[in-house]
Amino acid sequence: MIKSKIRKYHAPVWDEPLVMQMGQSGRRGSIAPKTESKIADTVGNALDLLPAGMKRANPLNLPELSEFEVQRHYLHLSQQTLGMMGISLFGTCTMKYNPRVNERIVYQPFVAEMHPHQDPETMQGILEVVNRFDHLLRKLSGLDKFVFQAGGGADAAYTQACMTRAYHASRGELEQRNEIITTAQAHPCNPATAAAAGFKIITLPLEDDGFPSVEALKAVVSNRTAALMVNNPDDIGIYNPHIKEWVKIVHDAGGLCFYDHANFNGVMTRIRAADIGFDACMYMLHKTFGGPKGGGGPAVGAYGCNEKLIPFLAGPTVETSADGSFYLKEGGEHSVGRIREFLGNIPTVIRAYSWTRSMGIEGLRDAANISVLANNYMEKRLLEIPGITKGMPDVKGRRLEMTRYSLGELTADTGVSCLDVQNRMTDYGVDAYWLSHEPWFIPEPFTPEAGELWSVEDIDYWIDVLETVCNEARTNPELVKTSPHNQVVHKQNSTNLSDPAKWATTWRAYKRKYGVTN
Amino acid sequence: MMEKNKDLPTPHPFMANSAEASFNEMLKVAEVTDIDELFAQIPKDHIFKGDWNFDPQIPSEAALYKHLTRILRKNSSAEENLNFLGAGCWQHYVPAICDEMVTRTEFLTPVWGTPSSDHGRNQVWFEFQSQIGELVGMEFVGLPLYSFGTAGGHAIRMAARINRRSKVLVQSSIDPERLAVFKTYCGYPELDGYLEIVMVETDAKTGRINLDDLKAKISKDVSSLYFDNPNYLGVIESEAKEIAKIAHDAGAEVIIGVDPISLGVLPSPSEYGADIVVGTTQPLGVHMNAGGGVGGFIATRDDEKYAHEYPTLQVSLTGTSEPGEMAFGLTLFEQSSYGSREHGKDWTGNSVYLWTVANATYMSLLGPNGFAEIGKTILQRSHYAAKKIAEIPGISVTWPSGFFKEFVVNFDGTKKKVSEINKSLLSKKIFGGKDLSGDFPHLGQSALYCVTEIHTLEDLDSLVSALKEVTK
Repeated sequence: MIKSKIRKYHAPVWDEPLVMQMGQSGRRGSIAPKTESKIADTVGNALDLLPAGMKRANPLNLPELSEFEVQRHYLHLSQQTLGMMGISLFGTCTMKYNPRVNERIVYQPFVAEMHPHQDPETMQGILEVVNRFDHLLRKLSGLDKFVFQAGGGADAAYTQACMTRAYHASRGELEQRNEIITTAQAHPCNPATAAAAGFKIITLPLEDDGFPSVEALKAVVSNRTAALMVNNPDDIGIYNPHIKEWVKIVHDAGGLCFYDHANFNGVMTRIRAADIGFDACMYMLHKTFGGPKGGGGPAVGAYGCNEKLIPFLAGPTVETSADGSFYLKEGGEHSVGRIREFLGNIPTVIRAYSWTRSMGIEGLRDAANISVLANNYMEKRLLEIPGITKGMPDVKGRRLEMTRYSLGELTADTGVSCLDVQNRMTDYGVDAYWLSHEPWFIPEPFTPEAGELWSVEDIDYWIDVLETVCNEARTNPELVKTSPHNQVVHKQNSTNLSDPAKWATTWRAYKRKYGVTN
Repeated sequence: MMEKNKDLPTPHPFMANSAEASFNEMLKVAEVTDIDELFAQIPKDHIFKGDWNFDPQIPSEAALYKHLTRILRKNSSAEENLNFLGAGCWQHYVPAICDEMVTRTEFLTPVWGTPSSDHGRNQVWFEFQSQIGELVGMEFVGLPLYSFGTAGGHAIRMAARINRRSKVLVQSSIDPERLAVFKTYCGYPELDGYLEIVMVETDAKTGRINLDDLKAKISKDVSSLYFDNPNYLGVIESEAKEIAKIAHDAGAEVIIGVDPISLGVLPSPSEYGADIVVGTTQPLGVHMNAGGGVGGFIATRDDEKYAHEYPTLQVSLTGTSEPGEMAFGLTLFEQSSYGSREHGKDWTGNSVYLWTVANATYMSLLGPNGFAEIGKTILQRSHYAAKKIAEIPGISVTWPSGFFKEFVVNFDGTKKKVSEINKSLLSKKIFGGKDLSGDFPHLGQSALYCVTEIHTLEDLDSLVSALKEVTK
C-alpha cells in the first residue's frame, strides 16, 4: 500500500548541444602564461624547436568558447544528471554518503599537488595515512598487509590473479596449476581477470540452496587448482555457510583462496577474511568505505593478504622505519611488479581513512546492522506488491544487505519489463536500480540495496514509486513501456548501437556517417 | 513503546536510520526482536568475537578535519616547492572550473543511471571521447582506463588478439613504471596468452629508436610495436613515419603512446602511422594527486577489426523515440567482461570516469588555439631551461634539441650523484628531476627534468643558480 504522497518531478531539460557544436572561431576559454621575452630571445620561435616533419600541419578541430560558456555548458550537463539527487538504492554498489569534508581535504595542495616521485621525506603525511589505513583494514580482516595500487574492485581481482601466478611460479608449479575456480554468482570481474592473466576458468553452478555444493567443488579441485575466487555473501543476500570447508579443500589441494569482499557492508565487524581461512581479500573503498564513485572511478580496490603472500605484492609498498618515519619499498624478486603505475588513487585512500575514523568500530557495526535491517524491512513491503517475487524463493530465512527480486510475474501479466519499470521510476526522480550481473538466474531481475545512508522515509518513497509504476503497468502498460516522459530525454533508441555503419563514439565519426557538417 | 534494544545504534551524521525512532520502526515492520537473528545464516564459528582494539571514533567533522589536516600538513607539496619532476605524472595548471565540475555532487557521487536520467554525464563522456579523437586523429575512442600503462597493456593485448602473434617490440627508452605494467599484462610463459616483450635499442647519439636494431628485430612473429612520442626521455621520435612503416611491412600493429598536451604543436599519431593510439589523460585538467590523478585512453580508426577488441565500455551517439533528439548509449557492451565474463575482451570495471569531466572541460577551455599556445610555451620554456642548465660547468643536457617538456640532464662532470644533488636542491625547496641512474645506468648520473607552462623565467633562473651552487 502506497504510504507517501507522490511528489511532482521533472528533470531539467536544457536541450544542451554538444560542446563541439558550440562557440565561434577565435573565442578563447583559457590563455597559457605568456613566454617572457628573455626566453623567446634565447631559444627563438617555438615551432622551430620541433624536428622537421614533426610540426602539426592541420589545426585541431576543437570547440572555441569563452570560459563562462564552458562553465555553463558543463553545469547544464551536471544538472541533466540525476546523480543520486533522488534516491539511489543501486544494489551491489552500496550507495553511501560521501562526506563533503573529504573533498575539502583532498583538494588542498598537500594532497592534490603532490608528485608520486617526491622524496619520501616530503610525503610523510600521505604515507602516514596509507599506513594508518592499512592497519585499520588489517584489524577488520585479520590479514597482514594492505596495498592500494588497484584502481577498482576488478583491478584488485586482477591483482589476485597476478599474485596467484607469481606464487605458483615461485614454487615451479605454475604450468601445472593453471585453473582458477569461481562460482556462477561471483562478480564477472573474477573469471574475466583470471582469464586475462592466462588461467583456465572453472565456474561452479548454483544449487537450490543458493550456492554451489561442496561436492561440486571437490569434483573440480585437483593439483591443477591455482586458486579459488569467491564472493560471500553474494548479490542475492545469501551466505555460503560451508565456506570454511571450501577454503580447506582448496588449501589442501595446494591452491590459494581469495575473498572478493564486494558485499562487506552487511558483515562488517562480524566476518574477518583471515578467520575463515582466506589468503587474501579485496575491499572497495569507493563502496563500503565511503569514497565517491565518480560514475565509475577513480576507485580503489584495497587488496590485503597474509604473510605467505606479502613477498609477491606489487611495489612500492609503504613501510615504517625504526624511527617511526615512513618510506617506500620496491618489491623483491618475487614481486608481481606493477599492476598500475604509482601508489594508487591516494585521494580515495584518504577519504576512506577519514570515513572509517568518523565511523569508528561502533559506527561500522551500526552501519552493518542498519543495512541488513533495512533490507529486511524492504522485503516485507516489496513482497506485498503484486507481481514481485523474491529471487531464490526456496532459500528460507533472512537475507543480508541485499536481495534480488523478480518482476517476471508482472512482465508475464502486462508485458512491462524490468527495464521499462526502471525507466519509469526515473520519471519520479528516483535513480535507476541495479538489475543483475550476467548470467541472469532470475527473470526480469532487480537488486535494491538500502545500506545505511537512506532514511526509512526514502526507502518507503522508493517502494511507493515502484508500486505506483507496477500499478501503471496494469492500468496503462503503454505509459510505462514508452517511458521516461519526465526525464532529460526520451527513451533511447538502441538499434544503432551495435551496427558498425551507425555507431559513433566520436563526433567526427558521427559527422562522417550521418553526413553532418559542423 | 518498544523496549530499548541492545543493538540500538548511536546517531551518526552519515546514517539517517541510526535515529532510535527510525531503527525501531524498521525492527517493527521487519518483525525483528534481536538484530542477531538477521545474521542467522552465518555459522557462529565464523563470527569474530575478539577485541578490535580499533582507533577511536571521530564523529565530529571539525575534529576529523583537524585530525586529517594535521597529518597531511606533514607533506611538502609541488606548490610549496619548485617542482621539476615529471616522468609519468606532470604538473600542469588545473583551471578552477575543472575542479568545480569534478566536485559537483551529481558527477562525483553516483554510479549508473538510465540513458535518460544520466544523459548529462553520458554527454560528457561522449565529449571526452570526441575531443580525444580530435587530438589524436582517430574516430573510435573508448571510455578511459586506469592509467597510461594499463591502456598500453590492453592495446598490446588487442593487437595480439587481432593478429595472433606473440612478440611485442617496445622502445628501450620507455618509462620503467609503464614497462612494468606492460610486463604484468603480457603474462607468464607457463600460461596461455603469454606475449614476449623484446626491447628495441635507443640510439645513444639521438635518444631515438635505433632503426637498425628495429630492422634486425622486426619479424613475422611480431604482433605489435609500441613506442611513445615524445618518448619517456623527452625526445621526439622524428622518424616515427619510417618506424611505423618498418613495423607495417612485417604485418605488425603500431601502437603509439602520447601525452595529449603536446598535440597542439605535434602532429596526431594517426598522421604518421599509428594503428592504436594510447596515452595519459592526467595533464588535461587533473591534479597529480601523488599519482592518483593518472588515467589513460585507447583510440583507433573506426574499423570493426579494432572496435571488436576494445576491453572498455564506450558511449555512442544515438537517438530517442522523439525524432531529432540526441541520446547516448553503450556500444559493444556484450564484448565487455560485464557482458561475457571470462569470454569478454580482457576486463573492465570502475576506471577513472570522473576524470573525463575534468578532461572534457579542459579540452573545451583550451580549444585549438589554447593547445597550440600551451605547446609553444612548454617548448620555449623547456628549451630555455635546457640551454641554461647546459651552460653550467660539469653539467650537460644529453639530447639538447628535438624534445618536448622533458629532457635528460647529465651530472657526470660534477662528480656528484643525482641523489646528492637532489637532496641539496630539496634544502633549497626545489624538487630536482627524476633520478635515472638506477633505471638507465648507461646514462650515468642523469636526471629527467620536466618544465611546463607553470614555470616562469624566474623559476627557471632560480633552478639554474641553485644547480650552479649545489654542483660547485
